[in-house]
Amino acid sequence: MTLQIMEGSIAVAETVRLCRPQVISAYPITPQTHIVEGLASIVADGRLDAEYICVDSEFSALSCCIGASAAGSRVYSATTSQGLALMGEVVFNAAGMRLPIVMSIANRAIGAPLSIWNDQQDSIMMRDSGWLQFYAEDNQEAVDLHILAYKICEDHDILLPAFVCFDGFILSHVFEPVDIPSSDEVDKFLGPFAPYQRLDVKDPISFGMYATPEYYLEFRYEHDLAVYRAADAVSRYGKAFGEMFGRDYAALVEGYKLEDADVAIVAMGSICGTTKDAIDEMRAEGKRVGLLKIRCFRPFPSTDIAKALAHVNTIAVLDKNVSLGAKGAVAIEVKEACYGSCIPVYDYILGLGGRDVCKQDIKKIVELAEKGTGDMFYGLREELL
Amino acid sequence: MVDRTIENFDCGHRACGGCGASSAVRMILKGTGGNTIVVSPTGCLEVFSTPYPETAWKIPWIHSLFENASAVASGIEAALKKQGRLGEEKVLVIGGDGATVDIGMLCLSGAFERGHDFTYICYDNEAYMNTGIQRSGATPYDADTTTSPSGTCSYGNNRPKKDLPQILAAHGSPYVATTSMAYPMDLMKKVEKAMNTPGSCYIQVHTPCCTGWGFDGAKTMVIGRMAVECGLWPCYDIVDGKLASAKKIKRVPVDEYLKAQKRFRHLFKPTRNEAELAKIQAIADANAAKYGIDIE
Repeated sequence: MTLQIMEGSIAVAETVRLCRPQVISAYPITPQTHIVEGLASIVADGRLDAEYICVDSEFSALSCCIGASAAGSRVYSATTSQGLALMGEVVFNAAGMRLPIVMSIANRAIGAPLSIWNDQQDSIMMRDSGWLQFYAEDNQEAVDLHILAYKICEDHDILLPAFVCFDGFILSHVFEPVDIPSSDEVDKFLGPFAPYQRLDVKDPISFGMYATPEYYLEFRYEHDLAVYRAADAVSRYGKAFGEMFGRDYAALVEGYKLEDADVAIVAMGSICGTTKDAIDEMRAEGKRVGLLKIRCFRPFPSTDIAKALAHVNTIAVLDKNVSLGAKGAVAIEVKEACYGSCIPVYDYILGLGGRDVCKQDIKKIVELAEKGTGDMFYGLREELL
Repeated sequence: MVDRTIENFDCGHRACGGCGASSAVRMILKGTGGNTIVVSPTGCLEVFSTPYPETAWKIPWIHSLFENASAVASGIEAALKKQGRLGEEKVLVIGGDGATVDIGMLCLSGAFERGHDFTYICYDNEAYMNTGIQRSGATPYDADTTTSPSGTCSYGNNRPKKDLPQILAAHGSPYVATTSMAYPMDLMKKVEKAMNTPGSCYIQVHTPCCTGWGFDGAKTMVIGRMAVECGLWPCYDIVDGKLASAKKIKRVPVDEYLKAQKRFRHLFKPTRNEAELAKIQAIADANAAKYGIDIE
């Protein structure tokens, strides 16, 4: 293992190169741009033999991926925020067509008001689309989850697309030491793309037919089962990944100092790093606080979450998104996972549109949760209201 | 020349009796040969040919969405190129006018600007027929549709057809053509030409719709010919941006073509609307002058 200091987006671009997509199709949008610029250079320099399609929109970007994937090529795209919203119809379609597309999401807020800064509203908006969703805490996870995502998605028992989400700017534009695996290792782990079926004049099939009420329900049911089945695939291939690369991803959720915790924080993405530092400081002060990081949001690991949190007194969920008129998406689902346990689950909507979240904020949230104050926007500037 | 005895679009599909589009597709596939992958956007053709688990397509076919067929075709072309299959296998889009001139315009323009090697054929039945005859950007002037109805304050659709062939020629397309399903040899010849021209090629096929236009389904071919003979549907091709050929006709006034369809009957009843008929005649005259279709 050799650690190199590199920007998150470049690390992702280099990793995508190792996964050898034959067709890359993407449209530039902040903060995803460095990934697609990086890949464009990689292709221009002959370091990856791929068709790089400079499309007219995110809508076309993912549509091109549908065509190329259906024709039997491994494909890649990347987007964020408004781009993902524009893609929306194609996002649902790609999943329904059961095409194993991997797409990076450099998480960003959604307008209006326009914001180029980080939160996770964009990918959360697509939680019902039937894509797998992975969230990286740091750039090493972002690298590893891309390789793992291809492995899981292309399994013939799964055949689903996946988002690999990593926080815009906070990770995408930050330089961190990362281990980029060797090309031989990734080839060995992934193997060439073996499509379940493809558009081929030698074996004609009709793809993407419409379903009447006699058939539609079963299509959706089978799709739902496949998303659930992906949990086992994550564990299986996550373990195999660990054996080959030394970093184990068998778990869909990961605890940090959680075993004896009274208060559990639940979070996704880069905020987990800040939270771990805050926990270390709180522990030094004698507070028993732990973290449960959700790495795989779809399928949602309800059972794993309930088990991991069964012993705590209080749960504080950090949501970088909000379902307006309800609560944060993560909290809603954590509450469902903990249904019947009597453990209070408090939701904190925070960090939206790039508002910084520091260790002090995490500590304050723990204090609020201990006092039973939650289900709120945290960090509001009262003078603006 | 390709083998025109081959039928790659099977019978038993669910199109209306007398459907111009379904006949056009049958002939189009005689022009393409069998080594073709077809992309269809949402629309009449997609719906009447592929109700799961049945299909009328004997060659590979894919439908994704209403507005993205050109982008899906771009992706297929890129994949075939990378897999070394392009050339042996060809890519063809067949979509309706709504999917082409309206909602699919972004993806279509992008694909033609990038110059992907595929042919796009628009079957133009001049409205959103699948959803119940609503106006599209290809609906002709004064046509009555369910969203451009004639009435006491309306003569129907108040805009002329969007000129998509010229728009795509302006993208630098090596081959752009118009034709009609009522002229099968012209149609098949142009399809074959487009399929064998590298780059993004475009053909707009006039396909009368008995249900949407209001005529007897036994008269589809006749109506198609009348459109060409009056100059409202000029058949031409543009090679590398220059007009290469146009079908010459002994042109007749537009009246008989319009009278034969219920979508224009408000122009004749209760009385002839001379002012509006003159405007439609002017459109035909302009077509004739622009493409030089009149036999002197």
